[in-house]
Amino acid sequence: MAFRNYILVCGGTACESSKADAIYEALMAECNAQGVSEEVQIVKTGCFGFCEQGPIVKILPEDSFYVQVKPEDAQELIAEHVVKGREVKRLLYSKDPVKRHAKVEDIKFYQKQYRIVLRNCGFIDPENIEEYIAREGYAALEKVLFSMSKEDVIEELKTAGLRGRGGAGFPTWMKWNFTKQAASEEKFIVCNADEGDPGAYMDRSTLEGDPHSVLEAMTIAGHTVGAQKGLIYIRAEYPLAIHRLEIAMKQAREYGLLGTDILGSGFDFDIEIRLGAGAFVCGEETALLASIEGRRGMPVPRPPFPAVKGLWGKPTVINNVETWANIPVIIIKGGDWFSQIGTQDSHGTKVFALTGKIRNSGLVEVPMGTTLREIIYDIGGGIAHDKAFKAVQTGGPSGGVITKDYLDTPIDFGSLSKLGSMMGSGGMIVMDEDDCIVDVVKFYLNFSVDESCGKCSPCRIGGRSLANLLEKITKGNGEMADIDRMREIGEAMKKASLCALGQTAPNPILSTLHYFRDEYLAHIIDKKCPAGKCKSLITYSINPEKCIGCTACARKCPVGAISGERRAVHKIDPAACIKCGVCFEVCKFGAVDVR
Amino acid sequence: MSRIKEEKGFSDELIAFITEWKSKPGNLIMILHRVQQEFGYISRDSADTVALMLDIPLASIYGVLSFYHFFKLTKPGEHNIQVCLGTACYLKGGEGLVDEIKNLLGLELGGVTADGKYSLEGVRCVGCCGLAPVMTVSGEVFGKVTKDQLPGIISKFN
Repeated sequence: MAFRNYILVCGGTACESSKADAIYEALMAECNAQGVSEEVQIVKTGCFGFCEQGPIVKILPEDSFYVQVKPEDAQELIAEHVVKGREVKRLLYSKDPVKRHAKVEDIKFYQKQYRIVLRNCGFIDPENIEEYIAREGYAALEKVLFSMSKEDVIEELKTAGLRGRGGAGFPTWMKWNFTKQAASEEKFIVCNADEGDPGAYMDRSTLEGDPHSVLEAMTIAGHTVGAQKGLIYIRAEYPLAIHRLEIAMKQAREYGLLGTDILGSGFDFDIEIRLGAGAFVCGEETALLASIEGRRGMPVPRPPFPAVKGLWGKPTVINNVETWANIPVIIIKGGDWFSQIGTQDSHGTKVFALTGKIRNSGLVEVPMGTTLREIIYDIGGGIAHDKAFKAVQTGGPSGGVITKDYLDTPIDFGSLSKLGSMMGSGGMIVMDEDDCIVDVVKFYLNFSVDESCGKCSPCRIGGRSLANLLEKITKGNGEMADIDRMREIGEAMKKASLCALGQTAPNPILSTLHYFRDEYLAHIIDKKCPAGKCKSLITYSINPEKCIGCTACARKCPVGAISGERRAVHKIDPAACIKCGVCFEVCKFGAVDVR
Repeated sequence: MSRIKEEKGFSDELIAFITEWKSKPGNLIMILHRVQQEFGYISRDSADTVALMLDIPLASIYGVLSFYHFFKLTKPGEHNIQVCLGTACYLKGGEGLVDEIKNLLGLELGGVTADGKYSLEGVRCVGCCGLAPVMTVSGEVFGKVTKDQLPGIISKFN
């Protein structure tokens, strides 16, 4: 039966946190109350990607894009939009309040995006396998089982030129081919969903919005390389994604798409979930396998590569969520089609989690070769609060920063590493003039030190030494020789560490020493933090020309360091000040200076 | 088994889960997750019991427990407050929220209030970067949090 309207409610984690569930319930209740529940279908979908404006509700067929919806808005949405056919203008998205946009294609956030991986996110109900099937779901599996040889599948991936999206960018077809050629009775397929990079949530959104695409791809790999068992290693911190995967696996088994004798082909394949337990190093494939085996997640030297000797010593294909999600589309549309998208070096698209000081935070998928400027300014809407752009960080704790001089670099695997950063898994964090580069680097280094497994000394000792030097510099005790020391230690870690965690941990330092040397010098020589972040290097004072004596700061100061009569200029006692910044935050007149 | 139920407080479901997983390779992390799900943390006593049931050394269990951040060795407060310290939240003031909560509740990171009501921890990326800075209390997520909202948020759970 066709419905008059379809209402799509975002059920991604960010929107769900801001009461998407309550909105869904309220819309249901209103439909019943206003007698239109027979004519309307309400679906909870995966992430729309436009997290900044969430919770999002989209109503079809008009394609009206409602943002920042509250449960209280349900009555009006149903009464106006559904019953009377009039859009609720005040909830439509637009940067320009006079000219409200109505359609998704008018929204700049989506215009430059090209969705392959996220093709179903925000379109289908991830908890209903039929909606996936209706969008060509499991057609690729059928094609692989009945009309392609195993060699054809590998050949298709080779033509496509798909490279791993987890960070290293290794050609996917080669991994599969190694495992296919390895002689073994037992082989494994593993999905790496241990998305540990802070500030990145691409894989989580994909699993929440389109879990079947990963299941289908893993089954295709199983058939191609001769494996009967797949495991999804996922962060325990992602309960919603785990829940949806479990539902998807159950439905796939009921439909004969997973389990024994899939689609009557005689091929058996099943998938199991294994939980991670919060260790960043487990994103490294040998550490991940150790963790699945129930041990401490410590890497071992490669070769042998897991493709040949992996889980329990058996040949194992490991790909990351985003890589898997590309595969069904490549099988259906062909490797040639895929290879036309992107650049010479990197084909296809990449999903980024665009966050930090950006106006439109969210999940974006763009063709490889899109420039950083297009992502930050056209899609992201520029820097929030009209501040000045300072740098963009890609690759998380393993990556580097890119400055405004390089914003026109087309993004692909090669160009980012040339700039001293890396593609990484897709975290993209924008910094503005208020962010101190040395402080951010210290944040990353402390992260890597915390997450180092401690097995090899370059990473264990080198990382700690670098973090200590940064601490020393931000405390105002830095010396010029520290710069060379950091560079020397960093280079040694890159060469000598056992796994990628240690090899890439110095990247944030090395890249910023190159692009932001001045800022390090300001900390070391002038003992100043230009952005006003490093507490030991700043002082708070009150500008007598701006202070009107409102007493707001004195009342809020937790240590009573501010004195002054009402309507008289106030004064901060530097000896008592603990530099908490409360006075700066509460002053409405901009009278508190940070230097 | 009945002794484990009575003396150690393991529920029937937990015992069944451990029995089911006992023969599977690579079971330890999954079993520890299930134990923590039941008790909120993994006590020395629970670890002993798991060692006994799986017939493995206690040291192997502590090796795993101490390696992974997710496992807790001490009992969290009735309401666990998690402040996200992922990169996006860090840039938008997550650390300031931690400091303010420390002041308000007289807590350190990883600590529990004397009445056992609240505990505080810093966590890595909750995955709602669009809502930065983010915190959760007893699993309920609060986004775009400012310092002056904190007393209100905390008292909601009192």
